[in-house]
Amino acid sequence: MRPLLRAALVPLAAVPLLLAGCATGGGAAPDDALVVYNAQHEQLTEEWVAAFTEETGIDVVLRNGGDSELANQLVAEGSASPADVFLTENSPAMSLVEEAGLFAPVDESTLELVPEQYRPSTGAWTGIAARSTVLVYNPSLITEAELPASLMDLQQPEWKGRWGAAPSGADFQAIVSAVLETQGEDATSAWLEGMHENATIYRNNIATMKAVNAGEVPVGVIYHYYWYRDQDETAENSGNTELHYFGNQDPGAFVSVSGGGVLESSERAEEAQEFLAWLAGTEGQTILGEGYSFEYPVSSGVPAREPLPALDSLGAPAIDPSKLNGPQVIDLMTEAGLL
Amino acid sequence: MLVAVLGAAALIPVGYVVQVAVEMGWQQLAELVFRPRVGELLVNTVLLVVLGVPLTVVLGVGGAWLVERTALPARRLFAVLLVVPLTIPAFVASYGWASAIPSINGLGGGLLVAVLAYYPLVYLPALAALRGLDPALEESARSLGMGSWAVFVRVVLPQLRLAMLGGGLVVALHLLAEYGAFAFLRFETFTTAIVVAYQSSFAGPNAAALGVVLALLCFVVLLVEATARGRLRYARVGGGSPHPAPRLGLGRATPPVVLALVALAVASSVVPLVSVIRWALVTDAASWAPVVDATVQTLLLAVGGAVAALAVALPAAWLSARYPGRVARTLEGAYYFASSLPAIIVALALVTVTLRVLPGLYQTVATVIAAYVVIFLPRALVSVRAGIAQVPESLEEAARSLGTSPFVAKLRVTGPLLLPSLAAGGALVALGAANELTATLLLAPTGTTTVATGFWAAASAVDYPAAAPYALTLVLLSIPAVALMLAQVKARRTP
Repeated sequence: MRPLLRAALVPLAAVPLLLAGCATGGGAAPDDALVVYNAQHEQLTEEWVAAFTEETGIDVVLRNGGDSELANQLVAEGSASPADVFLTENSPAMSLVEEAGLFAPVDESTLELVPEQYRPSTGAWTGIAARSTVLVYNPSLITEAELPASLMDLQQPEWKGRWGAAPSGADFQAIVSAVLETQGEDATSAWLEGMHENATIYRNNIATMKAVNAGEVPVGVIYHYYWYRDQDETAENSGNTELHYFGNQDPGAFVSVSGGGVLESSERAEEAQEFLAWLAGTEGQTILGEGYSFEYPVSSGVPAREPLPALDSLGAPAIDPSKLNGPQVIDLMTEAGLL
Repeated sequence: MLVAVLGAAALIPVGYVVQVAVEMGWQQLAELVFRPRVGELLVNTVLLVVLGVPLTVVLGVGGAWLVERTALPARRLFAVLLVVPLTIPAFVASYGWASAIPSINGLGGGLLVAVLAYYPLVYLPALAALRGLDPALEESARSLGMGSWAVFVRVVLPQLRLAMLGGGLVVALHLLAEYGAFAFLRFETFTTAIVVAYQSSFAGPNAAALGVVLALLCFVVLLVEATARGRLRYARVGGGSPHPAPRLGLGRATPPVVLALVALAVASSVVPLVSVIRWALVTDAASWAPVVDATVQTLLLAVGGAVAALAVALPAAWLSARYPGRVARTLEGAYYFASSLPAIIVALALVTVTLRVLPGLYQTVATVIAAYVVIFLPRALVSVRAGIAQVPESLEEAARSLGTSPFVAKLRVTGPLLLPSLAAGGALVALGAANELTATLLLAPTGTTTVATGFWAAASAVDYPAAAPYALTLVLLSIPAVALMLAQVKARRTP
């Protein structure tokens, strides 16, 4: 056995050396960089980070993932988390981390930049952008008059096989959290069961929009900016479609707030707060408002990009972003067989 | 001892699955498992395996037989064409098909892409087995009056049973583990559902419960294969044939057979590759820049994974080749079961274990490499063990009789003779690691982008032009390893 052992140990000894080589050669993150757990769109955050680093000299590395995935990951990591900043597309994931007590309060001067309706009253995090729920439809398959008056109508049998959505994404889960907040648990369960019965399931908003464009389903529930981006580029995935805004404080008119927060456990808290302030400030909001993103700026008076309808004209239901509950939504969706 | 410790490490994912089941308790587990959603996933997943495996076996064995035993025109070309799909990861093939036929989806789409991507996993072992067959048996059968078809069915096929079962097993496990291709084609299996569950609750109960069911499915697949294999010897013993087998003329069947093979090559290689190249041509130069970094990181991780896997495989293979017995067999079974678990379960296990037990290893390169070792160990093991089995112990003994120590004898005599099989095993692991998606996504250090994860990010955003450079790079990176595999099979001609 002993020669066997020795023969085994020679190559084994090489492994740590090699690992060390990888760690220095392959690891992309400089040690002093700000670690951002990023659930916002990669392209947008990359635009932000490039401009921020250029201006301040502070390096930033991104760990990309989904809202709920990264929020739950932060909770699992607790105070051992390597993250300094958390950015999401929607607010339920922010509430999850807030409830676990992992956020440091956002600097007062940053909060002052953001109107009250786009941030939680607790100040544990802040809104950095907003997005509106819309119904994308294919006019060759459905007339304007036939469109549903409310998002809630889509649970009715006449919509079986006639709408698409991406329930696995945090975007849709945020919409469900608005349904839950405005309609209550029983109505939400019933609606989700109707969805399981009726809806064609796509992987994300873009795939949903593509399917409506290709005539696979007449309507789809998405966020507004996918459509505007595609129209601005080639209209390849949206050329055959139109947008329908529910308005009337319907849950289908829900405006979702994208959040940003600083982790209590951050060892670079000052730079993290600086980053957040920069995002909510004129530079960050201008990149958002004029850039490729087509999301809504929420602060610093930066207007939305043409041809978006003004954010306050959408008839969104008034909901405190910190009231939206991610975990309960996931449970309800799991029960309904959507996850 | 050492081997046992390493074996135990490879079993972390198995332990995780058991632990989850125990910790959750029967009631919560039952609640999460016995629901309609799991039924839907079960139907999809079982259909995929039950339909997919026979299809790959037919294509793989049929292709190998045509190339090896018939007077097929241009058979050298076809021999290579049939293995080309191995250079195209299944999730790249699905992207290729989806951009050629956007409406492709569901079970049909999933089966099409998966079967075309995975049949070479049967084709290669079938080709190797055919090369090793002694044609004397077939000649005897023919001399006893059997026709060509009867000889094929009653003499050749039974001798290919090990290759078919082994290849079929590998395909079945790939089908259970595949995430990217099916996610892309809107076909839900346990693996895609676990990733979705992970994304909505991290390592939460739902993901874990689905993982338990998937692990059971893998176990069933292993059991079915082991039962079907029966007492057949796993390792082929003895050399090859003293003279090459005669080639069967195809006669009037030639045109349709050639047509079928061309169709297969078009569907499995040309369609995905043309899509990739078409998108790559419209990609602007800026989209190529991040691919360079990603390639460097991919190479480092893949080579690291390969070296680490070989380091574990070498002592384990030595033990099973030189000291066969119950211990070796049990260990080997453990490795195989652990590595049959889809990468997403291995990743979930390592996320949980590092967070709870070894926080220092959380989100480090070491964890990614550990995952690669667990997932790809059998690839190294099979190759290294075959290599060790082929080196006569008498050579070492001769060296020792000349006065060298046992260790030096191993290093200087057996070592060099093992190099080809080490290289082959390492290449196979590196190939797997370079194409690995889910474990890399979950475990890699913050800021890491491999070619596979970079591709996935772009393809998920339906940004086809940005995904194309990554896809092309994945294909290019795969070519050397696949060429090496084919060369290994071909080398069997002269035993």
